[in-house]
Amino acid sequence: MISLAGRDLLHSWPRFVLTGFGLGLLIGVTLSMAGIYRGMVDDAQALLVNSGADLWVVQKDTLGPYAEASSLHDDIYRSLLSLPGVAKAANVTYLTMQVRHDKGDVRAMVVGFEAGQPGEPPFLIAGRYLTRGHYEALADAKTGFRLGERIQIRRHEYTVVGLTQRMVSSGGDPMVFIPMKDAQEAQFLKDNEAIRNDRARTAANPALNRPGIPGLLEAVQASQSSNHNVNAVLVQVSAGMTAEEVAAPIRRWRHLQAYTQDEMKEILVAKLIATSAKQIAMFLVILAIVSAAIVAFIIYTMTLGKLREIAVLKLIGTRNRTIAGMILQQALGLGLIGFIVGKTVATLWAPIFPKYVLLEPGDAVRGFVIVMVICALASTLAIRAALRVDPATAIGG
Amino acid sequence: MSPENTGSTAGFGIRIEGLRKRYGAGDAAVDALKDVNMIVAPGEVVGLVGPSGSGKSTLLKCLGAVIEPTAGRMTLGEEIIYDDGWRIPDLRALRRDRIGFVFQAPYLIPFLDVIDNVALLPMLAGRPNHLARTRALELLAALEVTHRAKASPSQLSGGEQQRVAIARALANQPPVILADEPTAPLDSERALGVMRILNRMAQQYRTAVIVVTHDEKIMPTFRRIYHIRDGKTYEEAGEGRDIS
Repeated sequence: MISLAGRDLLHSWPRFVLTGFGLGLLIGVTLSMAGIYRGMVDDAQALLVNSGADLWVVQKDTLGPYAEASSLHDDIYRSLLSLPGVAKAANVTYLTMQVRHDKGDVRAMVVGFEAGQPGEPPFLIAGRYLTRGHYEALADAKTGFRLGERIQIRRHEYTVVGLTQRMVSSGGDPMVFIPMKDAQEAQFLKDNEAIRNDRARTAANPALNRPGIPGLLEAVQASQSSNHNVNAVLVQVSAGMTAEEVAAPIRRWRHLQAYTQDEMKEILVAKLIATSAKQIAMFLVILAIVSAAIVAFIIYTMTLGKLREIAVLKLIGTRNRTIAGMILQQALGLGLIGFIVGKTVATLWAPIFPKYVLLEPGDAVRGFVIVMVICALASTLAIRAALRVDPATAIGG
Repeated sequence: MSPENTGSTAGFGIRIEGLRKRYGAGDAAVDALKDVNMIVAPGEVVGLVGPSGSGKSTLLKCLGAVIEPTAGRMTLGEEIIYDDGWRIPDLRALRRDRIGFVFQAPYLIPFLDVIDNVALLPMLAGRPNHLARTRALELLAALEVTHRAKASPSQLSGGEQQRVAIARALANQPPVILADEPTAPLDSERALGVMRILNRMAQQYRTAVIVVTHDEKIMPTFRRIYHIRDGKTYEEAGEGRDIS
């Protein structure tokens, strides 16, 4: 038996291809939305894995340092190092800001870290690691910065000496790594006018500017303009200990919060990107409904255009299931064309997106199944219309 | 009917006795067919003529097993297919295998080429594709349209389309063909051409052909004409002009 659906498809292929292309763009958007969500999760995962930490020690009662602000004294890491099971502990700061360079501003997460400690990028794709204590930076390739380029963070200029890859914040912003002291300064540095006002106000305070105590005023002013806080301490656990075993005494005795990798991932995925995920899910549902409506409309109108032929087919003895199969196959064919176009365009335009779009094969398979199910469901309206055609209408009168 | 008129040997193509069709019930009931009697022998072509509303289409639909008559009897070949109720369980298969249809417009399937339009019926009946196509080619050759076998219906002239439609009607070698105004859109020459083909095919394949028509051009070609008025049939001898 010949394929009636295939013959009809070949006969009116321009209409099928154009409709399939339109549907494919819609499917491409749907796959890209799923890819954006996957990219966000992957960014979060990369952030955690690339930090090299087993534990994040943050301010008590906060979900810091990524989901909430967290502030700790920068000497806490010393007491953490004394705990059993702690191999390494290092301060880190995170500050999302505009980093200026000669071509304009780049939104980036500026990370303060200590060389050779957790928080340092695990690999470079070009250049070298920091060798000086100040004014050198490592940048993710996504920033667009070049080796040797001068970039400005707050008031100071930094030289980019190394480039990393896939070092992004949970929001997808590329990271720029600078020495811890510079980062602390950048995070809390006031403008000159504010510093001058603060100094004048302190000098005018007789309690802080006593003539009999030389150096007091300078000491107070120095403490006002310097910062000894960090956002978190990253801890690496010794072999033979679990992160949870090390975290328990930190929570109990140090009055700090400590998160394991799994807990931090839960915070990032379930809290930080949860709203975005819901937003994307809503779009996916809407796009699925729109796709279904388009397929249903196209197949239905195509079927209405063939009612006379369907009546003739029924009159000459074609079974209902053959006619239903023809319409179903056409709907599935449309879905197949749409999916191929959609997958192709999603793959082609994924690198152009400002945020990371991760197109997973599993999502493609799930998307294909969903498209086919939607097309099958969408064809029911047309099948119903076709099966209701009275073969007598082929005979005049 | 006289066998010498038709060249028939034995048996009936189709025989209809006391056929009735009532639409609705009670006071709203309408008797579209009151007493229809027809006999058409294998190889014979008869005309069925009547004014609008006389019941022609209803009769055609009853004969085509598309609607169920209210009472009467229909015999196809040697088999009673209706006797106050259908005697055949699968009417779809009956229409596919034992009744050929030719319409006013050819109604070829636009997305199938000519050969597959004809081969579709044998394929639907379960014949292998290559045998169905062999049968289709044989019919297209008989109707002199073999050279258009691979063409799309839209590439054919009106006359060629009608010939393909006749080939399709003959594809499963049905004992009867129902032709509904097959010459209406054609000029005299083409209309007579179609009648010539129907007569030739009826003879060649021993098929009974009932042609529903208003077309005065083809009336002289019938040897017998059934008039239908107020749901009843009246037989009349035709001129039976030789158009071979």
